[in-house]
Amino acid sequence: MSILVDENTRLVTSGITGREGSFHTLRDREYGTNVVAGVVPGKGGQDVDGIPVYNTFNEAVEREGANTAMVFVPPRFAADSVLEAEDAGIPLIVAITEGIPAHDELRLYNLIKKNGRSRLIGPNCPGVLSPGKANVGIMPAAFFNRGHVGLVSRSGTLTYQVGYEFTRRGLGNSTIVGMGGDPIPGTDFVEVLELFEADPETELIVMCGEIGGDAEERAADYIAEHVSKPVVAYIAGFTAPPGKQMGHAGAIVSGSSGGAAAKAAALEAKGVKVGRTPTEVGEIAAGILTAA
Amino acid sequence: MDLLEYQGKQLFARHGIPVPSGKPATTVEGAVAAAEEIGYPCVIKAQVQIGGRGKAGGIKVANNRDEATDHARAILGMNIRGLTVYELWVERASQIASEYYASVIFDRSAKAPLVMLSTKGGMDIEAVAKEDPGAIARLHVDPLLGFQDFHGRRLAYEAGVDADVVRPVGALLAKLYAAFIAEEATLVEVNPMIVTPEREVKALDAKVTLDNNSLFRHKDNAELRDRSAEDPQERMAKERGLTYVKLDGNIGVLGNGAGLVMSTLDVVKGAGGEPANFLDAGGGSKADEITSAVEVILSNAKVKAVLLNIFGGITRCDEVARGLIEAFHRIKPTVPFVVRLDGTNDVEGREILSDAKLPNVFSESTMDSAAAKVVELVKA
Repeated sequence: MSILVDENTRLVTSGITGREGSFHTLRDREYGTNVVAGVVPGKGGQDVDGIPVYNTFNEAVEREGANTAMVFVPPRFAADSVLEAEDAGIPLIVAITEGIPAHDELRLYNLIKKNGRSRLIGPNCPGVLSPGKANVGIMPAAFFNRGHVGLVSRSGTLTYQVGYEFTRRGLGNSTIVGMGGDPIPGTDFVEVLELFEADPETELIVMCGEIGGDAEERAADYIAEHVSKPVVAYIAGFTAPPGKQMGHAGAIVSGSSGGAAAKAAALEAKGVKVGRTPTEVGEIAAGILTAA
Repeated sequence: MDLLEYQGKQLFARHGIPVPSGKPATTVEGAVAAAEEIGYPCVIKAQVQIGGRGKAGGIKVANNRDEATDHARAILGMNIRGLTVYELWVERASQIASEYYASVIFDRSAKAPLVMLSTKGGMDIEAVAKEDPGAIARLHVDPLLGFQDFHGRRLAYEAGVDADVVRPVGALLAKLYAAFIAEEATLVEVNPMIVTPEREVKALDAKVTLDNNSLFRHKDNAELRDRSAEDPQERMAKERGLTYVKLDGNIGVLGNGAGLVMSTLDVVKGAGGEPANFLDAGGGSKADEITSAVEVILSNAKVKAVLLNIFGGITRCDEVARGLIEAFHRIKPTVPFVVRLDGTNDVEGREILSDAKLPNVFSESTMDSAAAKVVELVKA
């Protein structure tokens, strides 16, 4: 087992004919992901290295049985593409696109929750990888081995760094979920924790948070109530000054909320071990798994 | 992006929100001409994004031409808590019967806009929230439904506004919400929202934050500027399409990916150093991109050493190393560099770098050792 993506994934990429879209879709296929289609309005009937392109998500679902959508189109078209995938009833939508307007994300989030038929991962995320099974997104899969650590993160390269700390210590991952660095991610820590808790392959959960918002604090409360597996956390941005956006649209300390120290304290208060550096996270995780 | 008061008021006016009539000015002559046109008494206000403008002497009432001249001369160029005043806003003085507070906030935790109203206006709302949380009426609006008339009534009654202004207060809230949605703001705040002796409801101040990601749909807003808040390095970075935040220390930091750079700042600080900046170079590995980023870092004279932290994912470390060598040959930096290459093809990358024998460039393999090295260099 693993979560979200695996051997049963049938992937359709929106924006497959673009430079990034084609590059990463073909990389994902090379890794073993079952890529069944692409969607680009006006390019239906073409193909990208043998992957059939359709004009609409509806066609991709009807003809190819696509069950996972990956969105690569530019920010101004991305919300529309996610809505189209949702309307076509695709259960998992992974939005890689960075720079989607916050108000678009607000509408997407509320509509998807209200309809209750799709799950959105991202936007502004590196995707989801279940090592040895499927890679949906832009993660460098070579760094991750199959194993028992479930990893969920708000960041991209930091995820790779932390994942590498595990690989170095001979550990592997059940699934790595990049939930994205925007203010309103489609799926939050709490929902991913719920999935990892229920996944038999996952023995330990590592979450990488950062400054901004209160997703880490809510995760801490959820862990105390509902998670029996050990959880290790890392929080980036201890030294970030208030009022400055640190790269990610969601990474900003506003007023008295969103600071890293408060997040770490909230997690530690609920028994979550918080590593101060990526190296320390790897050490703590390895310690727990070898002791078990 | 935060707007200046007058930019916010002009935005409000476009959405039918009542604001006192006024004009912006950048010179003493311009301010006096504006005052003459508006009539006396008028208020001359420093346009900088910081609280406590009044206390610092940045807001003054003028009763005639001479006073307008004196005040404009005094305020223009004034330094208010580190910000230089380049712009003034001259507006008609308002009579105030009551001061309220109103705002719409992009509440990322609730995933919905939050509308707030209080009769305790004109003071620091965070202090009100702490001392008397019951004095603020709050309501989340379903963004798929939008703001309804009953929302306005409920907030007005709950906040306890004067009975005769329940309707105009509700109407102003509806327009504030409409402006929040139409302009894709993450904050619109009116403090104070005033009731005049004639029982008119007006926005006497305007605080507006716009979502940078939506500016492509709002060309007029994208062109708004605030000279007082612009840092030369931050402006240079912006022009080059880099994400740069200036900090107070002396160690320049450059990395790929926002999370990794944030983490790098923490590790540097943990090793006893003080970062001079945050700079996310993204996935770029080419000499041009690295050169451009390093130039921005070195334009800050406080920088005594630089830490380059690269984790190669899809970007390969050997490519990054080649880009770095070319960039170093072009820039010929005078401060030492610590380069940490890890990830895809890291061994080759480090070999290429060490073979190039660049003066004053130190190669490290982990984030922790790289941070320790750069701190040692600035302290030497």
